[in-house]
Order: sequence, then C-alpha cells, then structure tokens
Amino acid sequence: MPTKPDTDAATVAMDKRAEDPVEPETLVEIENLEVHFGLRGGLLSRMTGRGAGAVKAVDGVNLTLRKGEVLGLVGESGSGKTTLGRTLLGLNSPTSGAIRYRGEDIAQYGERQLRPLRRKLQMVFQDPHASLNPAMDIRTAVGHPLIIHNLVQDEADYEAKVVDALERVGLTPPERYLTKYPSDLSGGQKQRAVLARAIIAEPELLVADEPISMLDMSVRAKILQLMLDLKRDLDLTYVYVTHDLASAKFFCDNIAIMYLGRIVEYGPTEEVFADPKHPYTKALLAAIPEPDPNKAVPRDLPRGEIPDAARPPLGCSFHPRCPVALAGCGWEARDLRALLERRWLEMPVEEYAKEKALFADLTALGEPEVTRLSIAPGRGHTQEEVLEYLRNLREEGSAAQPREPFWSGVVAMQAEGGHVVLEFEQSRDPRLRLLPETGVQVACHLYDGTGDE
Amino acid sequence: MTTTDAAAPAVPAADDAREPVLSVRDMRVWYGTERGPVRAVDGVSFDVRPGETLGLVGESGCGKSTLGRGVLGLTPPGSAVDGEVLLRGTNLVELTPKELQKRRGPELGLIFQEPMTRLNPLMKISEQFEETLRTHEKGLSKQEIRERSLEALRGMGIPPSRYENYPHEFSGGMRQRIMIALALVLRPAFVVADEPTTALDVLVEAQIIKILADLRKNFDTALVLITHNLGIVAEACDRVAVMYAGHIVEQGDSREVFANPQHPYTKELLRSTISLSTTGLHYIPGSPPDLGNPPEGCRFHPRCPVAMRGCAVVEPPEVRLRSGVRSTCWHQAIEVDPSLADELGTDGREPLAAVKEISVADEA
Amino acid sequence: MSKQSGSLRRYILTRIALAVPMVFILLVLVFVMMRVAPGDPIAASQGGKLSAVELAARRHAAGFDRPLYVQFWEYLKSVGTLNFGTTFSDNLSVRDVIIQRGGATLSLSLGALLVAIVIGVPVGLLAGRFRDRGIDVTGRLFAIVTYAAPAFVLGLLAQLAFGANGLGLLPTSGQSSLLVGLNVPTTTHILILDAAIAGDWSAVGDIAQHLVLPSVTLGLIIVGVFIRMIRVNVIQTLQGDYVEAARARGIKETAVVTRHAFRNALVPVVTVLGLQVAMLLGGSVLTEKTFNWPGIGQALITYINARDYAAVQGIVTVFALVVVVISMLIDFVNALIDPRVRY
Ligand SMILES: Nc1ncnc2c1ncn2[C@@H]1O[C@H](COP(=O)(O)OP(=O)(O)OP(=O)(O)O)[C@@H](O)[C@H]1O
Ligand SMILES: Nc1ncnc2c1ncn2[C@@H]1O[C@H](COP(=O)(O)OP(=O)(O)OP(=O)(O)O)[C@@H](O)[C@H]1O
Ligand code: SF4
Ligand code: SF4
Ligand SMILES: [Mg+2]
Ligand SMILES: [Mg+2]
Repeated sequence: MPTKPDTDAATVAMDKRAEDPVEPETLVEIENLEVHFGLRGGLLSRMTGRGAGAVKAVDGVNLTLRKGEVLGLVGESGSGKTTLGRTLLGLNSPTSGAIRYRGEDIAQYGERQLRPLRRKLQMVFQDPHASLNPAMDIRTAVGHPLIIHNLVQDEADYEAKVVDALERVGLTPPERYLTKYPSDLSGGQKQRAVLARAIIAEPELLVADEPISMLDMSVRAKILQLMLDLKRDLDLTYVYVTHDLASAKFFCDNIAIMYLGRIVEYGPTEEVFADPKHPYTKALLAAIPEPDPNKAVPRDLPRGEIPDAARPPLGCSFHPRCPVALAGCGWEARDLRALLERRWLEMPVEEYAKEKALFADLTALGEPEVTRLSIAPGRGHTQEEVLEYLRNLREEGSAAQPREPFWSGVVAMQAEGGHVVLEFEQSRDPRLRLLPETGVQVACHLYDGTGDE
Repeated sequence: MTTTDAAAPAVPAADDAREPVLSVRDMRVWYGTERGPVRAVDGVSFDVRPGETLGLVGESGCGKSTLGRGVLGLTPPGSAVDGEVLLRGTNLVELTPKELQKRRGPELGLIFQEPMTRLNPLMKISEQFEETLRTHEKGLSKQEIRERSLEALRGMGIPPSRYENYPHEFSGGMRQRIMIALALVLRPAFVVADEPTTALDVLVEAQIIKILADLRKNFDTALVLITHNLGIVAEACDRVAVMYAGHIVEQGDSREVFANPQHPYTKELLRSTISLSTTGLHYIPGSPPDLGNPPEGCRFHPRCPVAMRGCAVVEPPEVRLRSGVRSTCWHQAIEVDPSLADELGTDGREPLAAVKEISVADEA
Repeated sequence: MSKQSGSLRRYILTRIALAVPMVFILLVLVFVMMRVAPGDPIAASQGGKLSAVELAARRHAAGFDRPLYVQFWEYLKSVGTLNFGTTFSDNLSVRDVIIQRGGATLSLSLGALLVAIVIGVPVGLLAGRFRDRGIDVTGRLFAIVTYAAPAFVLGLLAQLAFGANGLGLLPTSGQSSLLVGLNVPTTTHILILDAAIAGDWSAVGDIAQHLVLPSVTLGLIIVGVFIRMIRVNVIQTLQGDYVEAARARGIKETAVVTRHAFRNALVPVVTVLGLQVAMLLGGSVLTEKTFNWPGIGQALITYINARDYAAVQGIVTVFALVVVVISMLIDFVNALIDPRVRY
C-alpha cells in the first residue's frame, strides 16, 4: 500500500490507551530478578576466587506485564535495560528470581524447555544492519522462524505467510522484496524486515531493544507507527527498551526508569512524566533538549557520570550525583575523592598542588565500600592540618547554596594516631515502594519516611 | 547564487555587526564514485561570526558532515572542493595541503561523533596534548605545555589527576570532553562539531552541550554544530541552517526559524521530531534523493506537501525575508517578489500533489 | 605513574602464576601421548637385538614396569631437575642432546627472525603507507614468492648461487668450519656467542658466515607473513578514527604516519612474531637438513624414527616448555606496549 504524501494520512491520531474496563490478564510477572555477569577482569582473581567481582547487570527487579501493555525500560547506558529484556525472553539465564510467563516460572528453564515458548517471545534489536544475515535473502530471513518452529506444511504455505508478514510491515509489493538481500535495503526497510521476522510466528510478547535509535529521525516516527499498528492488529504486548524519554513518553503505557541494574521509578507513563518523583528521573527529564525555544529553560544537571557497574556506589547508586541526597544514602570514601577533585577543578594550579600535598595517597581514597576512612597526611604535613582542612571544607559545603550533601553523611571526623579518621553514616538501600495515592513506585529515601531527620 | 532581499537595504541587520570569522560562498564538494560524481554539497553559502554557534541540521545523507569536513579540507581522497571558504579573508580552498595542515588546530578545529575511537589508545592523554601543542606552538617548555593542557582539561571537567591516564581509562563522555579540550587547547577561532553527542547518554549530552554553549561566551569561538537533534539546536545555537540534498534550504536566527519555520522542509522536519510534547506521529514520506542523480527543479519536490507544478522544473531562488531568515522555496520567493511567479510558467502554481505517489520502497 | 607500573607488575605476576597450570596440563598431555603410542618403548628400540630377559631388565631399569602414577611422578621429577635420562638408541644424556642441538636451532631461529624483521618491518610499513604504488606492488609480489617457495627450493637456490659449486662466497653446510667448532669453549651453547665470549673473533666471523644462508632462507619463509600482516595493519590504522582526528588537529603528516599509524600497526605483529619464533624452533627441520645444520629438529626426527622414547619425551617436553615461555613473553611485551592489555 503506497503511502500518500498527504499530511492527513501521515499524521495519525494517537489512540493507544483505549480504555478497557476489565483489568487485562497478567502476561509476565518478574520477581526479585537478578542477573550477574562474572567479571572479565583480573586473571588471578578469577583463578583464586579472591575479589572475584561480578557486574550486577540486573539487581533485584520486580515487574508485572499485562496483556496488551507497552512497558518502557528507560535508563542510561549500562543500566541493564538490554539484559533485563533478554532475560525476560530466556536469552540470558538469571542468577536468581522468578519469571512467570502465564503463571509458569521459566527462569531456570533450559534451552529445550524454552524452545516451544520462543515462538511466543520475540526480540527486535537496535541495529537492523547487524540483525539480518547478509547472505540470506528476505524470503529466507523473514520465514526463518516458520522453519525453526515447524509452522508450515509446504512451500506455498511458507510463501503465503512470508508475503503476509511483509505486507503487514509495509514492505509492499512483497514480490519486490522477497529476493532482495539486506544490503539492498535502507535502514528503515531493514528494520521493517526485522519486524516482519519477529511477528511471523505470531508472538505474544515483543521486546524491542532501541528499535529506532539507529534510524534517521524522519524514519523513527514511521517505525513507531508501524509498531503501534502491529500491536493493534496482532494483539501484541511490548517491552520497549530505550534511552530516549521523548519516544517512551509517546509510546508506553507504563515506564520503568532504571539506574545501575535497579528500577528506581515505575508507574503509569503519564503520572511519571507529569510529576517525576525520583531525583534521577527528574534529572533525566530536565536534560532533554526542547525543540521549542520558548520552552527551553536553563537547567541544573547532575554532576558526574554513571558509575562503573562493577564497583557500584554503596546504598543508593545515584547518591554521588544526587543533589538532595541524605545522610543514609550510602556515603563512602570514594565520594570524598570526587569532592576534592571537583573542588580542585576550580582552582589555579599552585593552590591545587598545595592542597593535594596535604594527602599522602589519593588512590587509597578511591577504593569502594570504605565507610571508615583513615587518611594519612602528606609528607611534611600533620594530621591536625588535614583535619583543619577537612573541617573548613565541611563548613564551606554546609553553608553553600545548594548545600553539599556529602557532609551530611560524615558522622565523625577526628585525628587519631597520626591519621585523620572519617566515619560515614550507615548506608541503607532504598527499596521500591508504592507511593500512597498514586500508581507510582519509587526507590528513594526521600519517600520512604527514613529521610526526615 | 543571488539572493533577493525583502528587507530594506538601508537598514543593516543586527547580526551583521561583527566581521565573520568564516565566510563560505557557493561551496561545492563532489565525491568521485563509479556511478559518477556525487554532489554531496552543492553551492552553499553561509557566515559564522566570532562567538556565534550555527546549527546545521537535516536528514541523514544531506551532506552535513561533508560540508563540515570540506571546510577543514579533510574530505577523503577522490573528492573535490570548489568555491570560496574564506577564513578571515584567506580562501582555504586554494591553499596547499601543507598550509592547510598548519591552520588545522590553531585556527580550525573539528570534534567528531564517536569519542571512543578518536584518541590514540597507545598514547597517554598527556602525550596527545604535548604532541598537539608542540606541533603548533614551537618553543613551549614542558611546564608551559602541562599548564596549558591542564587548564583546557579543567575547563571540561577532567581532574588534573587524570592527566597521565590512557584513553581506555575514561568513559565515553569523558573522552568526548577530552577531545573537546584537545581541540580547544590551541584556541581555534572556528570549530566544527559533527554530532558530538549522538553516541552519548542524555545527561552526558546535556553536560557537553552546556560546555559548548559556554565556549562561545568564554573564548569567542565560532562554532558549527552538526546534529540530528533539533532540541539541541534550539538550545545551543544562535542561528540554524537546514540542509536538504546538498543545499541549505533555510537559514536564520534559530528562535525565529523554530518559531516560524518558512521552508516546507523545515516545517516537516520540525513536525516529525518526537519530543516530550509529541501527541501524534508525523513523518515525511520518502527519503532524501540519491545525490548522484538528484531530482530536477526543487530537490524537495517529490516529498513536498505544498509542491507546485513549476517546482518540479525550475529551481527556486534564495530569498531573504523580512525577519532576516533566508529560504529557498518558490512560495517565499513569490511572496517577496511576485514577479518571480512568471518563471514557473502558466500553470506552474497548480498543486503537484496529485501526480505523485511514494511508497515505502523509496524510504530511507 | 606508580599506579601504572604497579598494575603492570601485577599483570606479569598474574601471568606467571597462570603459566603453572598450563605447564602442568601440557606435561600431562606429553606423558599420556608417550604412553598411548603403540608398542613398548624398549622393545621397539631394542627389539630383536636383546634377549627377553635382558629386555625385561632394561624395562625395569627404565621404570616401564611400574604403575603409571609412579612413572608420572618420576616424569615430573625429571622435568623439575631437567634430567631426562639417557637416550635408548645411542646412550647419550638427553639433556646434553637438547642443550647442544637446541643451541644450534636457537641461533638459526634468531638469525632468521632478525632477517625477517629487518626486511619485513620496513617493507610492510612502506607498502601500507604507499599503497598500490611501486613499493607496495613489489613488496606484495616478494611476499607471495617467498611464502610460496618451499624452504628447500630457496635453500637449494641459495646454495647454488652462493655455495661452493656456484659463486662460492658463503659456506652452505654446518654451523662452522670443522676445527673452529671444536675449538670454541662451550658456555651458552649458542656457538656464535660462545666464540664472542672467548674473544675468538676469527671464529665469530666463520660462524657468522655459516649462519647467513640458513638464516636468510628460513627468514624469507616467514617474511611474507610479516609483510602482508604489517601492510594490512598500516592500511587499517591509516583509515582509523584517531588518525583522522590527529590530522584534524593539524599534526604533521609524517608524525601522523609514524607516531599514530606505524606504532599502532605494529602491536598485533608482536603476537605473530612470537608464534613464528615458536614455530621456527620446532619446524625448521627442512632448512636444517638442507644446510646440514645440527639442530634439534633434525635430532627429533632421527629419534622418532628410532622410536627412542626417552629422547622424544625429553625433546617434546622442552618444546612444550619453550612454547609456554614464549607465549608468556609475548604477553609481557604486549602489556608493555599496549596499556589496554593490563587490567
Ligand atoms: N554478556 C555480558 N557479560 C558481562 N557483562 C555484561 C554482559 N552483558 C552486559 N553486561 C554488563 O551489564 C551491564 C548492563 O548492560 P546492558 O547492556 O543490559 O545495559 P543497557 O542498559 O542495555 O545499556 P545500553 O543503553 O548501552 O544498551 C553493563 O555494565 C554491561 O557491561
Ligand atoms: N567517501 C564518500 N564517497 C562517496 N559518497 C560519499 C562519501 N561520503 C559521503 N558520501 C555521500 O555523500 C552524501 C552526504 O553524506 P554526509 O556524510 O555528508 O551526510 P550527513 O548529512 O553527514 O549524514 P549523517 O547525518 O548520516 O551523518 C551521502 O549521500 C553519502 O552517501
Ligand atoms: S535515595 Fe533518593 S535522596 Fe538518597 S541519594 Fe538516592 S535518589 Fe538521592
Ligand atoms: S520550491 Fe516547491 S517543492 Fe520546493 S519546497 Fe518550495 S514548494 Fe516545496
Ligand atoms: Mg542496551
Ligand atoms: Mg554526518
């Protein structure tokens, strides 16, 4: 069907949340899901087991996916979105936790048990160029699931199904595409072919991992529209993985904001966008550039970058960047180093060198999970000088506008046996909990009653 | 290409106040291919003034990167650049490769899209700074080099304690900031940033855009910012140039262009952008043409919702509107100078929409 | 800085620790391979020459009638003390055989490597830099020819050209002239070094002359691989993102090419280089034969034909150890030049 370049036809009114009075059935339920990856790192630690670290790509996630829903998984790179999506389909095996698909826990299923389910669970990847075998023509590539799952009787049946799938994704007339190879197609056309392959076995759940982020912006809307049409026609349920909040806002019914393997905010899209609760969600929303210059506002961005997933911060993973962090949010030695480095960035070189000389070894400040920190003074300096310096910093930080949250986490600071010893407040992991009178769940101490001191 | 002017010539427009750092006139860039020349940039003209940021937007394959590289003389072998690229009066197109190389760095900078692969993995950050400074500013002492580099890094938020690290010890966002510092340490007057944040996360992207915005204030650097993200242009650019199929079809003050887009392509581009306020999906049918064989007349006519018959035959002239915005479309041309309508022929202003159909087959 | 070298030191220690299980596995493999081969070692080498009683006595003396684990323990001990017993067929100390013959092979391999590096690296770099121009076309042709021509063809050609029957410029047989070899006192078992240590410069000259033809022959065999690999690497790095970025910073073209493209292009070559050395040590039999070079490759063939298990086991064990050591050295060098390797 040719698309007329007619404005009315191209602008499609959104009708995604057609209200359904009856609560739709639950399709997938995820409980305390954890996926850890063994670290690639040190050979010795791998052999001896000493310090053998793991990346907690997914670290205790709970989700419910209802039939016909579009769930958005949003977060920065490395937050575990892809891993969660893949695990949901049995493409990664979880470390622990349950994945109940129509009530059946498939978390520990082996490949053989998963095979019959695979047909119902499909995935679309970010890079359409990489997801199609360059040596397979479209007829073979799109029809491949039919062969794998033994869904066709004969050649004619096969052909009819492939043609039907191609028509559904708008690759018309299908005869023109059957014998083409991926290299003959543009990015948007490839993604259409990938979608055709995903729907041909009549799946129930489609995990789309950043399906439009590699595409040109003028094609993105087309592919999103196609996905909406397919969902309507085929009664699909989507998990939409993205770091683009704008398309998630348009496309998703519910949204889960992820940070370093955990969900930090989860609820109906409208509620989350209208009134974001978690400081991270707020930061993400504030960071989106707005094409309307009249709406653009100057904004405060959180400092720093997403931390190393192999050495996550204590307590709330967001605390090193959180402007409103509290005493119990997980302060540790590393945060002092970050604080000093931020301070030194603003200084002339001589002053920086002078202050740095107060400390014997800054690398000791970089170790994770140190909650009692002993600082050795640099050569020619005494512990009193270091203590004095830190006290001044604390005063400055507490008086600053906005206040430096780090110091609220320091419970004791004294000179002791030639060193300065800092003790940090006991950290608490924020748990995801439902906010009263909303449909939104948030993992943040600001909302769990432990914050007010 | 001549520009018909709608503004009274006696009143100089406000943005003409300072001499441009870079003046590009009728620039063309070809790529030689087996199927004949690809005219990736085909007669573009624009100015960038000190401290000004010009946003360059358009769909993939419209020639944005080619334009940016062409200015620095960094197009690949087998390509040719023609026209005038005046950097403070010197035509870069006529310089020898060696003279051009001397200007890259101290006068012209380029920041790339993929920060992960743009630093030599075998060299410490310090060595890459030393190399850059040594090449262009002979006679700097080791101490001076160090100070200058730390200064530039500090401006980008990289702590001095990381100076001796290797590239792989930094995240993508930090590497991009190092690349920017490396481009700025020589204080070039003019910098091209080719999608500097496309590969980065939203928060990091916002941080970098902020840095780039500060740059023009602090260093008076003239910047051409190439991007797909119209939000970034609205936020960080003073002026914007919209490219389609090797041409600049509309350029002007970015607030003005975003608030009152004139060219049909600009309008369509803005409408198809998915933003937080998107409530319906819109897209431009079809895709940009093959630049080896572009359409006759206005290159946008096969996709233009308001195309006229004449558009398919005669190329539209560029006109300057009262707002100072310049657009290359027959509608604005006739508005500014009704006599131009004659060029379209007798039924040239009839709508063209009825004659064409675009299928997915032609999409990008 | 201290942090950097610290992690390098840790990397090296880790790598050494990892070599231990690797060596053990290799030893087990060698041991098993030697036992599963059909036929009794003693019977095979001495069968027919000795009476049944004598055979049994020999077998007992060699320990082949004991349980396997005891034999394995003995084998480990022999590896630990580097004392592999005596050869069955000619009653020499296996250790001496390995040291003497190994020394000869080592000097040949190092000579060949030198030739390969001296020719291969510059030709490869230039061929990559000046792609499709004269030097590149010639270099590629040269690479193909040397790679395709079997060792003995090259060797024979060299002998014909330079040897006694040809121009007679260079010796074509053995490590040294007969008397020279006998008079050099042994310290390292690498003849040319020993001569140098002894300060006998005329001997050094003689030995060096003997080294030229075999080294060039063997070196040419591997130089083709070098040239092609370096060329491809240079072409790739020259199109690399950081090379373009360096150009955009106005770095001079010569500096771009040498500092950014050449250096980075040579990194992967180190690995290949190391593997080639390992291969040279074991696989230069043909060259050794052609030039009558008293190397270990020849010796191994002789002992295999004689089914002399003691000798074969000793030589193969040492080969295995050498491969482990070389692969370790490759990793060290890689870590030294490429910071991404140390983690
Ligand atoms: N197969 C794997 N082995 C080891 N670590 C892995 C593996 N896959 C992912 N990880 C790690 O798990 C974390 C989460 O990765 P994941 O790809 O799920 O993130 P993401 O949110 O999809 O990021 P992106 O936006 O970059 O795609 C990362 O730190 C990643 O390095
Ligand atoms: N080396 C080349 N040889 C031949 N054609 C080229 C070459 N590089 C680019 N082109 C063509 O020139 C046109 C413009 O390419 P360019 O990369 O400048 O576009 P762009 O606007 O930067 O696109 P994008 O947004 O995807 O980066 C395209 O049609 C492209 O196919
Ligand atoms: S728990 Fe909440 S307040 Fe505390 S650091 Fe995390 S996001 Fe900030
Ligand atoms: S000139 Fe015609 S085809 Fe081109 S943009 Fe204007 S109206 Fe559309
Ligand atoms: Mg991902
Ligand atoms: Mg580009």
